[in-house]
Amino acid sequence: MPGKTLFDKIWQAHLVTVESDEQPAILYIDRHLVHEVTSPQAFTVLRQRSLPVRRPERTFATLDHSIPTDRERMAYVDEQARAQVETLRSNCRDFGIQLFDLNSAEQGIIHVIAPELGLILPGQTVVCGDSHTSTHGAFGALAFGIGTSEVGYVLASQCLLQRKPKSLAINVTGSLQAGVTAKDLILDIIRKLGSGGGAGYVFEYRGPTIKALSMEERMTICNMSIEAGARAGLIAPDETTYAYLKGRPYAPASAEWTSALASWHQFASDPDAEFDAEIFIDAHSLEPMISYGTSPDQSIAMQGRIPEPGSHDHLAQALSYMQWQPGQSLEGVRVDVVFIGSCTNSRISDLRAAATILQGRRVAQGLRLMIVPGSEAVKRQAESEGLARIFIDAGAEWREPGCSLCIAMNGDQLKPGQLAVSTSNRNFAGRQGKGSRTLLASPLTAAATAIQGTLTDPRAYIY
Amino acid sequence: MEAFISLTSKFISLPLENIDTDQIIPARFLTQTHREGLGAGLFYDWRYEAGGTLRTDHILNQDHRDAHILVAGANFGCGSSREHAVWALQSYGFRVVMSPSIGDIFKSNALKNGLLALEIDPFFYQEICRHPEASLTVDLEQQSIALSSGATSSFVLEPFARLCLLQGVDQLGFLLGHETAIANFEGRQR
Ligand code: SF4
Repeated sequence: MPGKTLFDKIWQAHLVTVESDEQPAILYIDRHLVHEVTSPQAFTVLRQRSLPVRRPERTFATLDHSIPTDRERMAYVDEQARAQVETLRSNCRDFGIQLFDLNSAEQGIIHVIAPELGLILPGQTVVCGDSHTSTHGAFGALAFGIGTSEVGYVLASQCLLQRKPKSLAINVTGSLQAGVTAKDLILDIIRKLGSGGGAGYVFEYRGPTIKALSMEERMTICNMSIEAGARAGLIAPDETTYAYLKGRPYAPASAEWTSALASWHQFASDPDAEFDAEIFIDAHSLEPMISYGTSPDQSIAMQGRIPEPGSHDHLAQALSYMQWQPGQSLEGVRVDVVFIGSCTNSRISDLRAAATILQGRRVAQGLRLMIVPGSEAVKRQAESEGLARIFIDAGAEWREPGCSLCIAMNGDQLKPGQLAVSTSNRNFAGRQGKGSRTLLASPLTAAATAIQGTLTDPRAYIY
Repeated sequence: MEAFISLTSKFISLPLENIDTDQIIPARFLTQTHREGLGAGLFYDWRYEAGGTLRTDHILNQDHRDAHILVAGANFGCGSSREHAVWALQSYGFRVVMSPSIGDIFKSNALKNGLLALEIDPFFYQEICRHPEASLTVDLEQQSIALSSGATSSFVLEPFARLCLLQGVDQLGFLLGHETAIANFEGRQR
């Protein structure tokens, strides 16, 4: 019998009942994350059926999507957004769930704060009513997004009905060149797989390139697994993982830490494990990437050219929406807004990277640079390190933590036709406001573009 | 949840790949805390000009009282997990969506709400697109689809979701019925 994959091991450890032809498995959920947008209707179901939350201590909530990111936190888009925030507050109060509220030291984008707090541990099952829950796979946890109905199921039963997905090994070798980041790597992987190419699969990112990444870089990679349609993305825990977790507020401490650490070592794919599919990526020749279309799999190297759509209607339509010509290059194109933020790239290492380019320089005339830290903790850290000063001196807006311009349902949005470079994860038509045009890139590319005013290869700024 | 056994209806086709849930319902409609009434925001940015004027020529703005089936290109419902996309499609009047492939989370959300999300044979999809005036019969018991022009196809739906749909029951009751197994698991885990 072949060995087991990391995914097999986590799956098996959480089976309440096994899968049969007639019935999916019942999978136990260790950690449930909640935000204001996808949870209200789930709590309504609990109220209608007079159900309690089965294990309130396993669920943690915060406010991130619909909150304003201005200094005073008063500029709600409308009364409905404000009411949605109040609804989460009352639901958490009534059902005994810990809420990291606005103005608390822990608030931030759910996928930024959960790891920061040590809430995500190797071998766990983690869900959230949010597709970017895949972020937490960076810890060797099986983490996936669910809909609101399932949010209700988890609240009421701490379980989900699931068919076991297939496994795909993504083996990455070759070291990243200077100026090339984890974001460029994941954009390249998504481009190769296609936006539906990972449907039905759980990815395991492996190989020396992945091993060499920091936890924050690993989170950037796993975060975007969903953009290839994957159910989840995993990276086996190792010393980097343990070093990150040690001492975090909710991570095990003292004797518990020792026994937890011993148990985490099992969470790796066996050498003879068989995956349902496997791909190989050489990261050595990778260059800074930029998306050009309206789907995250439509990206090119900054030095590349936009492809000919041929008979692909989808591509032709994307080019027309984005106002590009086939064969054109993007380098040097004028940009209106640069956004550094989102659960993909708003952590301290992302801000440090941006600061290396922004330090001592000024944002180009007429360009708006918004920098939105992923959490209160990131914000505090950036302020104490002097990064915030660098940003403000460069002419950037330094805002309060939240999803902000990644989803544009909170007052932060582009005007129709505006072109933005964004460190977020989705370039869908209208994602950053009706008629907005989004180019996905790394924090380095975003910073270089903000200085230059036009799309710029960050390697021009790296000596 | 309303039971689904079979349905014969006109259909609306959106023959585009990768229709993401941000298109189905833009994020600015997601601040409401109830499920109802989202049909007004369905494909809003496709159905309205930037200034808010209705695009009267858009297929979704035609009389659709007889069309309860949406036929769309591959990878329908990719992207955000927002269940609002399902609620919006239902509120507009759809009971079935079919596509050569459907995003995992959208599919799961749809089936939990009684919206039949079907992955169909790509050739049959093309056949449907060639007959925009025809009607479709979807039979969940037989797992078959028939186009009124004569072509037929079959599909496979995950058996448990199919049973829930046929009986019009949601999965929460089923999960709660496993209280003993869940409690035993929790006992073992500790
Ligand atoms: S930052 Fe963007 S992608 Fe991440 S949780 Fe918020 S809205 Fe979703």
